[in-house]
Amino acid sequence: MLEVKNLSMRFGGLLAVDQVSLDVQEHEIVSIIGPNGAGKTTVFNCISGFYKPSGGQILFEGKEIQGKPDFRISRLGMVRTFQHVRLFGNMTVVENLLVAQHRHLNTNLIAGLLKTPDYREREKKSLERARYWLDRVGLLDLANREAGNLAYGQQRRLEIARCMVTEPKLLMLDEPAAGLNPAETRELDQLIVSLKEDYNVSVLLIEHDMSLVMGISDRITVINQGRPLASGKPEDIRENEDVIKAYLGEA
Amino acid sequence: MAAQNFRHALFCAIVTLIIAYPILGLNLEARGIDITLTGADTFTVVMVFIAAVVVFAFQLFRDGIMETFKSLPGLRSGGAHKEPMAENRRARIESWVITGIVVLALFWPFFVSRGSVDLATLVLIYVILALGLNVVVGLAGLLDLGYVAFYAVGAYTFALLSEYLGVSFWLALPIGALLAALFGLVLGFPVLRLRGDYLAIVTLGFGEIIRILLNNWTSLTGGPNGIGGIPDPTLFGMEFGRRVKEEGNVSFHETFGIAYAGEHKVIFLYLIALVLAVFTALVIRRFMRMPVGRAWEALREDEIAARSLGMSRTAVKLSAFTIGAFFAGFAGTVFASKQGFISPESFVFLESAIILAIVVLGGMGSQIGVILAAVAVTILPELAREFSEYRMLIFGAAMVLMMVWRPQGLMPMRRIHIELKGQE
Ligand SMILES: Nc1ncnc2c1ncn2[C@@H]1O[C@H](COP(=O)(O)OP(=O)(O)OP(=O)(O)O)[C@@H](O)[C@H]1O
Ligand SMILES: [Mg+2]
Repeated sequence: MLEVKNLSMRFGGLLAVDQVSLDVQEHEIVSIIGPNGAGKTTVFNCISGFYKPSGGQILFEGKEIQGKPDFRISRLGMVRTFQHVRLFGNMTVVENLLVAQHRHLNTNLIAGLLKTPDYREREKKSLERARYWLDRVGLLDLANREAGNLAYGQQRRLEIARCMVTEPKLLMLDEPAAGLNPAETRELDQLIVSLKEDYNVSVLLIEHDMSLVMGISDRITVINQGRPLASGKPEDIRENEDVIKAYLGEA
Repeated sequence: MAAQNFRHALFCAIVTLIIAYPILGLNLEARGIDITLTGADTFTVVMVFIAAVVVFAFQLFRDGIMETFKSLPGLRSGGAHKEPMAENRRARIESWVITGIVVLALFWPFFVSRGSVDLATLVLIYVILALGLNVVVGLAGLLDLGYVAFYAVGAYTFALLSEYLGVSFWLALPIGALLAALFGLVLGFPVLRLRGDYLAIVTLGFGEIIRILLNNWTSLTGGPNGIGGIPDPTLFGMEFGRRVKEEGNVSFHETFGIAYAGEHKVIFLYLIALVLAVFTALVIRRFMRMPVGRAWEALREDEIAARSLGMSRTAVKLSAFTIGAFFAGFAGTVFASKQGFISPESFVFLESAIILAIVVLGGMGSQIGVILAAVAVTILPELAREFSEYRMLIFGAAMVLMMVWRPQGLMPMRRIHIELKGQE
């Protein structure tokens, strides 16, 4: 469903991403790994429209999307999280999920002022959807708390729930396990697999936690210093000498 | 902690004095053609002073007092978690208080002097303006320094429509507001791509352009001479003048068989302004709970996250800009009707600055704070006319003091939370 061809991104003199290609099929978890500063987040930013790529082509469900505004890309059904959690900290947990559903809501001002049946109906549905996903990520008890007051792991899960209420086709997660303890990482692992299995969402994942990546990925793409290094099934990547060298060299 | 309480208490007491003394203590009296200011009698002064002391004492020992009245909601904002129930109750108490104030305001004009009612109408116009600008600045976080332009559009719409087409106040009111909104939409579109300081500068420019246009398009607007003879509002076709101006209309005092009094018109205008101010406050309150209100807030809090969720920055900001302009148009129409004469003089940058000051003083995003600040900022200069040269100086000093002491405003915004029922 997502196809990235020869993507390049240049910041002044720095070629942060150089001719990277990857693709995500339906019902698939694809991971991007690579040392720090390899350009993984930059690839995400290009795909999700926050950066305009300097070169290459990005196709989503067969249509070119490179250079489109970020909010349009998101509306196509491709939603992302951020390496540093970005919640609406002053809003409550449930409000965070309501904000995300604004496209499912009746945003007609007059309808809202008059509380038309359609408006109420959609408002109710979005609250239900919010309740469902809060329950799903185990945050239902904290629904009315301010999001900024949640623990780090909870914020991470809320961010994923916030993506899911938009009913995306492709979920892009930027280092979702960063800062989580082992137990939380295991929960996250199960959650991501369940998103794919039970909700038919494809996942594009950036992650440093190797056991997580190797465990759940269908395919892996390795980037090093902006250039694609290898790509294939987890077992191939584990064995790949270039990859081992890149990681060992860095360590 | 104690020192902070003391400072806070002192501040509240002074605010009480500043607001209560002019409202309760001073009277505008018409003697012949002069309006004179009479000071308060000793009793009122003493009472006001006692009130200030009470406020001071209460604020100073607030924590202790609140401890004893555990059931009452706390006043400190931004504390740790508040119980959701308490918050609901506070909202209820707040809406009762507001209802009380509105009811009082409905009957108040029948017992005071004409000058006071006239001034109160002006206050209400500023309340509408400030509530509208609050949407743009406080809720959507867009610094708009040219807000007065939309006020001017509303006022001039009514003036021109009545001069050239004989349109009445009631028809001009929605037209003025919608036209102002349209201006907001059209001007906002190119401007809202800019951020922060740039946005402020460009809106400032737009405000001035509209004023200069009004000043120079002499054939249409009469230029600096302005437009006069703007009609008063009518009540179901009844006019408030001594003699009926328009064919077919009847006059208010004749219909009801009462003696003509100039007050009727003033009070009527006041009531219109009051109704519009309440309407504005209610509508904006509702917006805050609607998807559009949440979008403003989300975009202000974290634009990147909001965009990643499919929110269009331009659409959301434009909606705030347009809605703000709409209410400015409202206020402008009432203003034109109240004055009976308007000229570009009334729409200088200073007006934008005053409205912005009201929003900042009141606490961005907070409605009650904004209303209080509108009262204070409009009434004080009227009373201190002797010091009018120092007006801007005092104004500036007040702003600086606010920034130092209470950057969050008189009454910082409390968010209206939407809750998931049956949790916690
Ligand atoms: N907006 C930008 N302007 C200039 N340089 C940038 C910008 N964004 C990223 N870079 C550079 O691009 C390179 C790749 O950064 P990127 O954030 O994509 O790495 P990453 O693979 O996500 O690393 P990490 O594992 O640390 O998150 C880095 O050298 C970074 O400094
Ligand atoms: Mg990164």
